[in-house]
Amino acid sequence: MSGPFRFQNAGRTLQKELLSQWYGELSSANEEGVPVAYLFISGNVAELLRAFDFRLGYPEVNSLQCGIKKAAGPFILKAEDAGYSSDVCGYVKNDLGLLASGGKAPFGNLPRPDLLLCTYSGCTTYVKWFEALAEATGAPLVFLDVPYHRDPDAFASDRAYVVSQLEELIGVCEKITGKKFDETKLRGILDRSRRAEEAWTRILESARRRPSPFDAFFEAVFFMAPLYVLRGTEACVRFYETALAEIEERIAHGIGPLPEERFRVVVEGPPPWPHFRAFGELFRRWGVCAVASTYSKVGGLFDQGVRHDPDRPLESIAEHAIHCYTNWNLGLRRDLLERYVRDYSADALVIHSVKSCRSFSVGQADAREAFSHEKGIPTLFLESDLADPRYFSEAQMRNRIDAFFEALTHRRLAGAGAGGKP
Amino acid sequence: MTVHGRGNRPPVVTEPTLGPPVSPDATLDGILERCRSLAGDPSLEAVSRWKGEHPGALAIGLFPVYAPAELVEAVGGLPVPLRGGGGRIELERADARMQSFVCSITRSTLELGLSGRLAALDGVIFPSICDAARNLSGIFRRNFPSLLVEYLHLPSNAASRVAVDYGRGEFSRLLGKLEARAGRRATEEDLARAIVAGNEHRDLVRRLYALRREDPGRISSLESWVLLRAGDVLPRGEHAATLRRALDLLPRRATRPRDRIRVLLHGAFCEQPPLELLATLEEAGCEVVGDDLLLGTRWLRAPVRAGGDPLGALAEAYLRDSTPSAVRHGTTESKGEAILEAVSRCRADGVVFATAKFCEPGLFDLVLEKRVLDRAGVPSLAFEFEERMGAFESIRTQVETFVESLLLFGGERPVPERAGRRP
Ligand code: SF4
Ligand code: SF4
Repeated sequence: MSGPFRFQNAGRTLQKELLSQWYGELSSANEEGVPVAYLFISGNVAELLRAFDFRLGYPEVNSLQCGIKKAAGPFILKAEDAGYSSDVCGYVKNDLGLLASGGKAPFGNLPRPDLLLCTYSGCTTYVKWFEALAEATGAPLVFLDVPYHRDPDAFASDRAYVVSQLEELIGVCEKITGKKFDETKLRGILDRSRRAEEAWTRILESARRRPSPFDAFFEAVFFMAPLYVLRGTEACVRFYETALAEIEERIAHGIGPLPEERFRVVVEGPPPWPHFRAFGELFRRWGVCAVASTYSKVGGLFDQGVRHDPDRPLESIAEHAIHCYTNWNLGLRRDLLERYVRDYSADALVIHSVKSCRSFSVGQADAREAFSHEKGIPTLFLESDLADPRYFSEAQMRNRIDAFFEALTHRRLAGAGAGGKP
Repeated sequence: MTVHGRGNRPPVVTEPTLGPPVSPDATLDGILERCRSLAGDPSLEAVSRWKGEHPGALAIGLFPVYAPAELVEAVGGLPVPLRGGGGRIELERADARMQSFVCSITRSTLELGLSGRLAALDGVIFPSICDAARNLSGIFRRNFPSLLVEYLHLPSNAASRVAVDYGRGEFSRLLGKLEARAGRRATEEDLARAIVAGNEHRDLVRRLYALRREDPGRISSLESWVLLRAGDVLPRGEHAATLRRALDLLPRRATRPRDRIRVLLHGAFCEQPPLELLATLEEAGCEVVGDDLLLGTRWLRAPVRAGGDPLGALAEAYLRDSTPSAVRHGTTESKGEAILEAVSRCRADGVVFATAKFCEPGLFDLVLEKRVLDRAGVPSLAFEFEERMGAFESIRTQVETFVESLLLFGGERPVPERAGRRP
């Protein structure tokens, strides 16, 4: 048995510290004269830009932060006033509204970008987002065409295409920063990415245990942040080593994120950021632990073996760009969900369908048909939004969630003789 | 401004009865009549008939906006551009499989499949235009396992020196799938012949648009739409003959009275608006002298190089000669330039943006394009549509107001288009 807790909350504490440090550095980048690049989270090529000492900003994180800090509403309205339809992605509107309001975010000031690197991985709306940012900021927009992972037959040529574009991007970065490309430096960065990815994968896989020491959705969304914004840095490696120590300590004490784990679920889809706490509470009261989620894979499918690799620098960057969850075709996504349900011994699948993100949501209703009617996996389908606070109805959510877990409880009682599993 | 609504309304066109193919002495009325019967037939009867006449040949659906139909033709197949249900079908099964916050064309195309109306097809190709269509390809794969469902990644980094090679590879991959399904190889001659036919066809479509610009009294935008839409279910050669004959006859047709303003209709490049919407625009005083309806029929703006490496030529044409579009990456300057150029080519007095509800590419580009027009002093009006919208009164009022304001203040604008208006 283990001794006292040494790492309790170490992950969350360090995560907050590192993120606020990152915002600070970003806010002052323009005054310091350090070039700033904006990129997306999904399948981004942060390592390559880090090799040129860009400071990296992520418009999606701006929107996420505004959402969770309950500041998204006015920015979204500002963008709608400028002509953006109420039906387009709220993440984009939040960020454009923020920019139009002077870039003063609740977490710091947005720096002016010197480069907009659009990596179009998993989301076509990304293209529209950066086209609009290019117009608003006048910064050069470089487009990295990452093909959809549609067919195994296409993978080799897709990867070669991305690698060639990365070689071209190196030239662009040399021009903007005036620095020569240093491959040794890139290898070092990739090695740090790989170490963080290894530790993150071990954290994710710890959720196979019963009880799970970790909530792979409600906690993972915080635990994954350093990997998305600081990948390739020493601080990022330190974070994942600390977080893993915290998880291992929980395992040693036989505890998890809940007082009692009553249901294990796989969660598909992003969280409703503006109502994150309330949403989580609706599950917590039923003792629901998420043992796997797909949202924690939008930045890369590391648990499926994706790794940055110092020995294959550009190839591994290209593979990471292609293999993020929303860039996988729906058949691969469904297979992955099915594996999660099986390998993580889940009782049910929860699909959170958000209006903003067609990249995620189109296909989820069809997947529900497949899972609940054809595969016999209990499936809860919920609808709201990840960005726009107007689409969340707590009473309706509560009713659906309660009804679902009540039914699961009944099933479990009825089948108690068969091992207590629904 | 957003106008949309739902409701029951009678279909515009009655269910089709197939007329005889166009004869060399066909009249314009006869041609239009036949095209009307073919246009938008949701059960693809003409395709079934073609399949009956060509045993073993493939009919391949092409989701908008552009995919190289030449590849299908090169394996002896019939490319069938899909345009959704066009408001003519009820959504009975698709609702359960696709949420309500997605554009009509993806939902109704799924319904066409689930209700068996795509039974004449052997496959469907989905080009990379948006996330909704991309994921629809995955829904198709699961629900229609016997169909060949292919997602085509059109290269979108035109600045990259490897983009043409990549595009060539992707076209060749797709061709391989078609060949395997058709059980026959496409020779270089097959491809070259398809390329020549495609060039000729696009040229005829361009002539039709030139006629609408130069002599809009001869044909309404609705008739032009119907003429082109019939091509979705006809072999390219047969449709080319129809267009050729119509283009011979149109200049001899009596002109309609001309007291309208010249309008460029923009934004319905993928999902098609209800025909009532086109009729409403005309009734409210617009002469639609240019549009991006059925954009795939003229997506490539220059002939594809014939001879040499045909797949390379198609890839090169895609990267070099594609129409600037919301479904392709482009800068505001390039897109802004393109819409201003279209305005001046059409000598349009104003632009009417009709965007499909929930269409993210269209709705995002609308904001940037509208700003460009505002800066250039070109008046514009914007609204959204859905396939199955029922009420057009609010749109009619908006358009009438727009037309009146142009007639009233048009003369003061610095734009020279009005000089080009016909008496
Ligand atoms: S559509 Fe989805 S992935 Fe794309 S920007 Fe919006 S929220 Fe992000
Ligand atoms: S109408 Fe717009 S959103 Fe719908 S499939 Fe076409 S491009 Fe995509």
